[in-house]
Order: sequence, then structure tokens, then C-alpha cells
Amino acid sequence: MNLLEFARGPAFNFALIVFVFGVVWRLAGLFLQWRRRDLSKPRQHNLIVAGTRAMLMRSLPPHELEKHIVFQHMSGYAWHIAWFISLLFFAPHLPFFKQFLGFAWPALPNWISLGAGAVALALLLTLVIRRATNPVLKQISTWDDYISVVLTILPLATGFLAYGRLLPIRYETLLALHLLSICALLVWYPFGKLMHLFLTFPSRFQAGALLGRKGVEA
Amino acid sequence: MLVDPRATVADMLRARGISRRGFMKFCATTASLMALAPSMTPKVAEALQKARRTSVIWLPFQECTGCKESLTRAGGPTLENLIFDAISLDYSETLMAAAGHQAEEAMKNAIRENWGNYLLLVDGSLPVDVPEYSVIGGVSNLEMLKEVAAGAKAVVAIGTCSAFGGLPAARPNPTGARPISDVVKDKPLINVPGCPPMPIAITSVLVHYLTFGTLPELDHLNRPKSFFGQTIHDRCYRRPFYERGQFAESFDDEGAKAGWCLFKVGCKGPTTYNGCATYKWNLGASWPVESGHGCLGCSEPNFWDWQGFYNPLSTTQWGGYAQIGAAAAAGAAAGAVAALAARRKQRPVGQDVQEEGK
Repeated sequence: MNLLEFARGPAFNFALIVFVFGVVWRLAGLFLQWRRRDLSKPRQHNLIVAGTRAMLMRSLPPHELEKHIVFQHMSGYAWHIAWFISLLFFAPHLPFFKQFLGFAWPALPNWISLGAGAVALALLLTLVIRRATNPVLKQISTWDDYISVVLTILPLATGFLAYGRLLPIRYETLLALHLLSICALLVWYPFGKLMHLFLTFPSRFQAGALLGRKGVEA
Repeated sequence: MLVDPRATVADMLRARGISRRGFMKFCATTASLMALAPSMTPKVAEALQKARRTSVIWLPFQECTGCKESLTRAGGPTLENLIFDAISLDYSETLMAAAGHQAEEAMKNAIRENWGNYLLLVDGSLPVDVPEYSVIGGVSNLEMLKEVAAGAKAVVAIGTCSAFGGLPAARPNPTGARPISDVVKDKPLINVPGCPPMPIAITSVLVHYLTFGTLPELDHLNRPKSFFGQTIHDRCYRRPFYERGQFAESFDDEGAKAGWCLFKVGCKGPTTYNGCATYKWNLGASWPVESGHGCLGCSEPNFWDWQGFYNPLSTTQWGGYAQIGAAAAAGAAAGAVAALAARRKQRPVGQDVQEEGK
């Protein structure tokens, strides 16, 4: 078994099992853990509105800090969107999704999906360097932050290396490294901050609903 | 044809009506194929003219004869198979006139007379686990290989079966088929894989040996770098479509008719090292990708099993929905237990206030 066979077979299989198990475990653990019944009188009855409002409003930068965090905020949105464009609309990726879903969707022209990938890669590298050098960000960063961002960068970087044959290494080795970087991402996903993909909006909704019940506009 | 054993390769070619011009053209092509400088062409010609016919023994094991078909029926009486005639093929069950005991006697004579100097060509894999599955004249392939390889100057594994196990080694591999390299450890070994290999790949190895008396530079799988140094994808005329993201989605869609890249219908060109895209088949008439089918990766180890021919390279070998369902069910159970444990730790409403009051 060569490296590519290992990456496409046992490694990916293991990563997928860990990913599914971990994500379902964490989601079930959180969603089945009902809060205690609150016997106080609710200040607001329509908690769905309160939750939805918080979910949307907290997706915008707080007005007071807007000027100071505009780069952080906008670059965060930009790389997320660009990353998902390159993941979901780069033509060679579509057979990957089709094997699970049984269907695929039209790809974007390569110059768009590759351009999006380049934007995501550049922004992610800038942000991780900034995190490591900015005194405030450095203070509030943990290993989880660095591991999560590096594991997000690696599939992009190895993808470009494989597609463009940017290193004097055989293509199958580069493709295997690309797949292994995805495996690493999947394995880490449920246990680190990357889990925010599944938890960001539910937690914002819940915070908004709870605060709304107490009459606080979140 | 009776052959004077003292005849050189040039004598043989001349006798077959090959002109000096044709011979030099062949030498130039071969030098180019072997990645030699153009200035080496006269040296190749000179060496070939003087080269005595090398004794060659060709052993067939678990094979389909496709490799020999590839060489001997390469679209007509080409220089490739004439150069093959120009060696002294002392034993090849398929090609020789002798049969039975006479054939075996011819092999023994060739081994005795050329001990230490003959080339051993092998096509087909070895049934190592059950040697009785493939026997020639009462001798198992395994025994025969050990015996003949002992006196060979070098061993050439022709075709994917002898180089990597090939189809006989595909799951479930009932005979325990293995490549030649599993048995031959103490001789120079060169693999010329392909199912079948391209005729010019076989002849280029022979010409290199006749010219320099050595084997060409090899890659990590013992394949000649000059022929297996680049992927099909590197030299594919459809590659610009890959770069632009234009892919055939099926074999009869508009993309396929327009000649777009076959990556999405399973082409293994990016991971296959072979010369098909450069030299083509049937006297340069066409090759699989030009005929509308993706590369199967036949010159790579384990090509039959490692994934379906029509699964794109960007797919994986995941365990299926049942496995994912089981992982999800286990995750849900673990999550439910964790949630239950957390709920049990929750104190009743008011208790925390009472405790704080104390």
C-alpha cells in the first residue's frame, strides 16, 4: 500500500468515522442537556424572535468597536466565503461530494474557484501571523486557535501544491498529502474550535432567547 | 529463419532490407527515447552495428500473451520487432518453432552456452503460494525462474503481471501471485510494466542493453526513467481542458464529444507514469485517451484493485452509509450519556440560592 492508497482508504475512512462520531457526540451532548426549568416570569414571550434577532445582530460587528475590528471582521467573512467557494465549486472536488450525496452541482470556472482559494489562503496566513504577533491577540490565543487555523490552511496549501505541481515531488505524493491534510482536519474538527461551524448559530440563538426571556435585548 | 550466430545486429537488419538511412533514423529515435543527447546517435549506431546477437530467454508465467502480442503485432513489420528479431531469442514458448522436450532442451543449451551473459525476459506473475498452479514441462514457474535467473546477466520483467503482480495478483489473488522482484534479488532487474507495455518501451531497453551493455537509469519502481519518467497527464493533449476546469461528466455528454478532460470519468493519467500520450499505439494511430476513454493506470502497481476504473482520483474509499450510520449512532449514544450525566449534576431550582444563603 502506497501513501496515496493509505490516504484514500484507511486514513480517510478513519477520519470520517471520527468526524461523524465526534460531531454527533458533541451535538447530542449539548442539545440533550436541557436547562433547568426557569420558574421566573418571562419578560418576553416570543423567544424565537429574540433568538433569531441575536443570531443576526451578533453576526455584525458591534457598533462601538466597528472601526477597530473592521479588518478582523471583514477578513473573517472573506476567507470563510472564499474557502467554501474553493471547497464546493472547484471541479475536481465535485466527484468527492457526489460519492456521498449521489448528486453534484455545476462547478465554477477554475479561475474563480482557484482565485477564491488563493484569497482564502492569503487571508488565513495573514490572520495567523497577526494572531501570533499582535500583543492582544497573542494573549487571548490558545493552542486550539493555532491548531485549528493551521489545519484549515493545510488543505488549501497542499491543494495548490498538488494542482499546480509546485514542488518537485510526484503528483500522487502531493495528492496524498492533500488528502491527509483533509483527514487531519476531519479528525480535529469535533474537538476544537472548528466545531463552531455547527454551534455558532445555535449558541447565538440560545443566548438571545435566554436573555430575551429576561427582558434583555441581546 | 536460420541465423548465423556470428552475425551482428546490423547484419540482421541489412538482411531484413533495412536501409542505412532507416537504420540511422531508428538509432536517432531510440537515442531520443533513452533521453540521450543527439550526439550519441552515431555511438548507438556504431554499438548496434558491432553488437553480437545477445542470447535472450523469455519465460512465460501467469500471463495472457498480451505482452508478446504487443511486441510482435505492433501494427506490421516495424523496426521495433525487427530489432527484436536481431537478438538471439533462444527460448520463447510462444514464438519459437520447437515444442515440448525440444524447447526445454533449447533453453538448457542456451543457459549452458551463455551462462552469466544472457538476458532473461519474463512476462506473467509467479504463483508463489501454490506453485502447482503454473507448471512448464513439470517444473513450477518458481523453480524455473530461480534456475534460469541464476545464470542471467540481467532480468527484464515485461508487463505489469511480472513487474507488479498485475491481474493474477488482483483480489482475491487465488494463486498467491507475486512479481518477479519478490524472487529475483541478486540480479539487475528492470521493470517494463503496462498491460500490455508499449513495444517501443521493450525495444528501447533491449537497445540500451545492446548499445551500452548496461541497463538504463531506473525510477523507484525499477522502470526506465526515459520512458516512465512523466505521467500520462503531463503529456496529455487534453490537459488544457483540465487547467480550464472543462470536464466530460459522462462518456456521451457534450463535454466528451468536445474532447474535454476525462478526469471526472475516472482517468488515472495524473498518477500513471507511461509513454502512451507521447508515442501512442498502433503505429501512432491513437491511444486510449484519444479514443475517448480515461487512462486505467495499467503501468502502476495494484492498478486493478486500488480503485474502480471509473472513480475519479478525487474520490475516496470510504466505508459506506452503514459505517457512517454506525458512527453517528455511537456518537448519539455517547452524547446522550454525557448529557444525562450533566443533567444529573444540575441542582434543583432554588437549591443553589439556598446554598448561597447558608
